[in-house]
Amino acid sequence: MSTVAWLTQFLEVLAALILAPLFLGWVNACRAWLQNRRAPSVLLPYHGIRKLFHKDAVIAASASPLFRVAPYVVFGAMVAAAAVIPSMGTGLPFRSAADAIALVGLLAIARVFMSLAAMDIGTAFGTLGARRDMMIGFLAEPALLMVIFVASLLSATTALPLIAERLVVQPLALYPSLAFTAVAFTMVLLAENARIPVDNPATHLELTMIHEAMLLEYSARHLALMEWAAALKLFNYACIGFALFVPWGASIGSTGIGAMALSLPALLVKLAVAGLWLALLETVSAKLRVFRAPEFMATAFMFAVLGLLVHLLLGA
Amino acid sequence: MSLVRWMTRATSTQAGAAVTQLLVEPREWRELAQDVAAAGGRLLALWGTNRVGQCDTLHAVTVAPPRVLAVTIPLDADGGYPGVEDVFPSASRMQRAVFDLCGVRSTGQDTRPWLRHAAWPEDAFPLVANPMPAPPQSPLDDYAFVRVEGDGVHEIAVGPVHAGIIEPGHFRFSVVGEKVLRLEERLGYVHKGIERRFTELPILDGHRLAARVSGDSAVAYAWSYCQALERMAGTVLPPRAAWLRALALELERIANHLGDLGALGNDAGFAVGLAQFSRLKEHLLRATEQALGQRYLLDFVVPGGTRNDFAPAGATVLDEYLVQLTDEVTALRGIYEEHTGLRDRFAGAGTVLPELAAWIGLVGLAGRASGQLLDLRVDAACAPYAELNLRRCTRQDGDVLARVTLRFDELSESVRIVRRILRALPPGNHSITVTVPPAGAVGVGLIEAWRGPVVVGLEAGPDGSILRCHPQDPSWHNWPALEHAIIGNIVPDFPLINKSFNLSYSGHDL
Repeated sequence: MSTVAWLTQFLEVLAALILAPLFLGWVNACRAWLQNRRAPSVLLPYHGIRKLFHKDAVIAASASPLFRVAPYVVFGAMVAAAAVIPSMGTGLPFRSAADAIALVGLLAIARVFMSLAAMDIGTAFGTLGARRDMMIGFLAEPALLMVIFVASLLSATTALPLIAERLVVQPLALYPSLAFTAVAFTMVLLAENARIPVDNPATHLELTMIHEAMLLEYSARHLALMEWAAALKLFNYACIGFALFVPWGASIGSTGIGAMALSLPALLVKLAVAGLWLALLETVSAKLRVFRAPEFMATAFMFAVLGLLVHLLLGA
Repeated sequence: MSLVRWMTRATSTQAGAAVTQLLVEPREWRELAQDVAAAGGRLLALWGTNRVGQCDTLHAVTVAPPRVLAVTIPLDADGGYPGVEDVFPSASRMQRAVFDLCGVRSTGQDTRPWLRHAAWPEDAFPLVANPMPAPPQSPLDDYAFVRVEGDGVHEIAVGPVHAGIIEPGHFRFSVVGEKVLRLEERLGYVHKGIERRFTELPILDGHRLAARVSGDSAVAYAWSYCQALERMAGTVLPPRAAWLRALALELERIANHLGDLGALGNDAGFAVGLAQFSRLKEHLLRATEQALGQRYLLDFVVPGGTRNDFAPAGATVLDEYLVQLTDEVTALRGIYEEHTGLRDRFAGAGTVLPELAAWIGLVGLAGRASGQLLDLRVDAACAPYAELNLRRCTRQDGDVLARVTLRFDELSESVRIVRRILRALPPGNHSITVTVPPAGAVGVGLIEAWRGPVVVGLEAGPDGSILRCHPQDPSWHNWPALEHAIIGNIVPDFPLINKSFNLSYSGHDL
């Protein structure tokens, strides 16, 4: 691999780090508009992260080293995932380093550390959130894997860059199986990123929280990393979705910085549309009762299986 | 025995009101309470009064439509009295509070402190002690929560400091997984010494403090206080004053219902509801300002009438806005009723069935959502409600959905009443002078606030002072019901259920 390729890879990860809070800000702004409110600045997440980095951290007396390490592990896992996911180009050095199944594993590592850290302090809310998050997670992961299987059956590989490449290279065709899995993927995305209808990122009600409950004990730089990681996770999921379903616009095969730069506008357009769509879904839904979440995830799984069946039976 | 028997012993009836005063011995109190309960009545208020350095009289207000009884119970030297917590479950906490503040103990089993959080010594009673001793060195007390034993049962302690900006209260859940087996409340964190403060105020100024007992019911509290005062002073209110007060009370109800409906949507993750209802509420406040000169109606009700008269130009603004409000609320009601996700969250959550509601003595809005009919605007109507033909709204299901739907029902009914008042407001003065009532005069005010019946018991001291003033919030009767409503529900549904009751902390803790 050339130096240029590595530089491009580095720039791609950097772009992910920079764009992730912006994407979150965009989703929040769209939500506000759809609710007839004046939107906060799309740059608000950056200000939040900057503010938190300037504060002194408060750590509970009962915290173990795990509690301090977890934000770095979670953030690191999300950065690594951003390197694997072909958000702008498919020809990067990491293309052979990890396939989609490893990616799911990477996301699982982040989840495990986050849950362990939440339970580490021993407060009721952290444990409550961790427990609920694991419940959502163990239902969402199979659905996500099933989505990836359908895509890999179409392109005969589990490597995300290759899946994206094949879809672009092949003559344009409509795949009914991908339509079903796209629905399943959207549902997984909502659940995994603590969005309505599964969780409410804007809630102040500690008894209903899932993701937020796990962060209650964090402050300052640790909280900043956790929130940045959450923004990255949303960004990563959006980019997985683009790679699986709408890879057009990403630079194919090329490793040059120029080609990468050319694919940036396409990514921005896709993110803008995805953010609006996400905000629309969240605005028209109410939050599900916690015990309805398994039904929600089961539906996602069923859609993915349906996609698989459509592919196997109809070959489409 | 029937309630009628007691009526023959009535000492006096307050002029122009259905309040009957009754003097009973402590040993007769249980019997009377049982008769009130048998007649389908409710205990609305309970408080003690001291005269000679110790608490020597107990007062109670009960309502058994169409009768309102103001019961006076002179206590013996030893100060004990029979508890009625088995007849009226909500009496248990009131009896504990009477002990905390006045030092007279009922025979009730539960002797844990209720309002006293070790902020003052155990043997000092704020309404009797003069001066109050200094607070103890260690301000923490150990409250004996009821433990639930069993495999996998654990406790979740929530509050008094919450993640959102709400009033402080502690909730101790005993849960298995997500399922709630038991909830125990611990209140009293916002005890401000309001009742003691009352005794330091001139009786003609007390309405201002009363309005601040629970800010969301400012009109109801001020009116209730003024009603008690005016009854004691024999004031005959000009009709315009009464109509203006009713206008203010209904506007307060509409504003609170709008706020709650938005908040209920938001707590179910439906933020659009909050945005829309907040907008409607804000426009209502602006229209209120044009009509009555104030956005929020704090201190609008004063002894003898109202602070401001109606601005004639405001009538059109308010009336036009109410027409628009009706349309928009109807549209939003359609969304709330047809939204699958919202309906799923609302229906069947936090159910209090009518039988349970009757036993607990649920009152007010939450009571009417559980089939309890009591509405003081109909059952003990003061002027001008007798002329307004108010339609009583009730629901039978007793779940969050019923409390949401009832808010919609009451909102439209209040809009109708306000528009009627706007058209038929009688001419004349909006206020007259109130004379200072004689020392020893006792009065009771009862007003149906948006949350439920607000009772103010008032006793005049010498030279225009207040000997005793006791405001009783409807939340006293409904907080215990919340403990029942949550049983069998899941933990994350609690905020929504709690919001559907939306009870007052400040009005309860005093």
